[in-house]
Amino acid sequence: MSLVIGISTGLGIALCGFVWQTALGGISRKVIARLQKRYGPKWYQEFLDIFKLLSKRATTHGWIFDFGVIMALGGIIATAMFMPLTQAGASSIIAFVDVDNFFIFVYLIAVGMLGMAMSASGSGNPLASIGVMRALTTMLAYEVPFMVIVMAIIKIAGTSSLSGIAEYQQMAGNNWFMIALPLGFIVSFISLLGMLGKKPFETYIAPAELASGPMVEYGGKQLGMLFIMHEITVFIEVSLFVHLFLGGAENIFVFLLKYFLVYTLANLVSNVNGRFKIDQVVVFFYKWILPLAAIQAFVAIYLKWVI
Amino acid sequence: MESTKFSPITKLSKEEVDRKWWEIGDFFRRNSLWMLMYCTGCCAIELPPAMTSAYDMERLGMGPMATPRQADVLLVTGYLSLKTLRRLIYTYEQMSEPKYIVGFGSCTINGGIYHDSHVVINQLDQYIPVDSYVAGCMPNTEAVMNGFIDLMELIKNKKADGWKRYRDNYEWYKKNQIDSLGEVRTHDEFHD
Repeated sequence: MSLVIGISTGLGIALCGFVWQTALGGISRKVIARLQKRYGPKWYQEFLDIFKLLSKRATTHGWIFDFGVIMALGGIIATAMFMPLTQAGASSIIAFVDVDNFFIFVYLIAVGMLGMAMSASGSGNPLASIGVMRALTTMLAYEVPFMVIVMAIIKIAGTSSLSGIAEYQQMAGNNWFMIALPLGFIVSFISLLGMLGKKPFETYIAPAELASGPMVEYGGKQLGMLFIMHEITVFIEVSLFVHLFLGGAENIFVFLLKYFLVYTLANLVSNVNGRFKIDQVVVFFYKWILPLAAIQAFVAIYLKWVI
Repeated sequence: MESTKFSPITKLSKEEVDRKWWEIGDFFRRNSLWMLMYCTGCCAIELPPAMTSAYDMERLGMGPMATPRQADVLLVTGYLSLKTLRRLIYTYEQMSEPKYIVGFGSCTINGGIYHDSHVVINQLDQYIPVDSYVAGCMPNTEAVMNGFIDLMELIKNKKADGWKRYRDNYEWYKKNQIDSLGEVRTHDEFHD
C-alpha cells in the first residue's frame, strides 16, 4: 500500500516538475527577450511548442530510434520520482523516504542520457553521432569537479541523502553550503551550466555548427517526448543544486523561489556568453575548475575551514 | 417514460471528433511556427530585422530551427536556380507533416527580374505547394511580418493545406519537377 502511495507521489513530483520547469522556461525566454530589448514570447510558449510537436506526424528511423526515446523519457521520469521537494519532518514532500541518496540520481539519470544517446546514434546521421560524442566529452569535463565538491559536502554533512544534506544546512549554526564553501559554489554553478547545456558549454547542441547535434533527426512526436525529457532533466539538476547548496526548503514556496533564482541566474549568465569549442571546454574544466574544486575540498576536509 | 430533466448526450460522429481534435492541434500549430530558412535569395536580408529586437518574431511564437525534421514552415527567400530547387525539394520532403511554405518576393511568384533566365524557375507553385506569398522586390519587414500573420490566419481557417495538395497531386508535382530538372536526385558528396 505504501508502495502505491510512494509511486503515485513520485509520479506527481515528476509531473509538477515538468509543469513548473516548462512554465519557468517560458518565463526565462521572456526575461532573456527583455535583456535583448525585445518583447518576448508568451509565458506559456513552451507548452504550446511541446503540444504542437506531439500533434505532428513523425518519421521513424528504425526501432532503436523509437525505443531510445521512450527509454530516455521513462528513465528520467523514474529519476525525478526520487527527488525530495521539501524537508519538514513528517509532512515533507518526498516519495520514497530514506532512498533519496545522491548516488541514486547519478546512476538513474544515466539511463535517460544513454537512452537518448542510443536513439540519436540509431538515426544514422553523422551529426547526431558527433553530438553524442561531444555530449559525453562535456560530461566527462564537468562531472569530475562537481563530484569532488559533492564528496566534500558528503564528508562534512556525514550523509549522502539529499534530505539529510538539506537538513544539515537548516540546523542552527550551519550555513548553507553556498556560503560555507564559496569556491565550491562557483565550481558547481559553472558545472551546472554545463549540465543544463547552457551557452558557454553548449558544444553538443551548437545549431550553427552541428545542426542541433543529437536532435538532428528528430521531428514531431519523438522531438516532443525529448522536450518533455529535457524539461524534467533540468528540473532534476536544478533541484539537486538547490538541495546541495541552498539548503533545501521547509515549504514548497521557498523551494520554488530558490529554484527560480538559480535557474534564472543560470540563464542570465548563459545569455551574455559565447560558445566554447569542445577542446576549450575540456581544457577550461581541467585547467581552472578542477584545481579550484581540489583546493576547496582540501581546505574543507583537511584544514576544516568551513565558514 | 423518459426523463425530461436531462437532455440526452449527443453522440458526435467520428469525423466531428477528428475535426475538433484537428482544431485544437491547429491552435498549437499556428502559435508555435518553427521556421526553416532556405536563404538563397536576397529577400533573406529581411529576416534578421524580423527576428531581432526591431520586429521580434518570437512574440508570435516563431523561431529558427536547425534541421528540416524539426521545422514547420519553410521560408523560400527569393529566386531558385535549378540546382537549388533539387535541394529544396529534398528539404521539403524531409519535413514532418503538417508543413507549410512561405514564398518571399516576386521571384517565387512569377520569376521577378529573373523571369527570362535559363537556369531560374519562374513559378515555385508548379514544383512544390506554396501556402502564402509575400510580394515585393524585396518585401519590407512589415510585409514579412504580415505574411506570417496571414499564414496563421490561413491555418486557423484550414486553408493552409499545401501538404495535403502535395500528397494528393504528387504525380503532377513530380512530373513538373522532372520536366524542369531532368532528375530530382542530386549527385554530390552529401546525397549519394
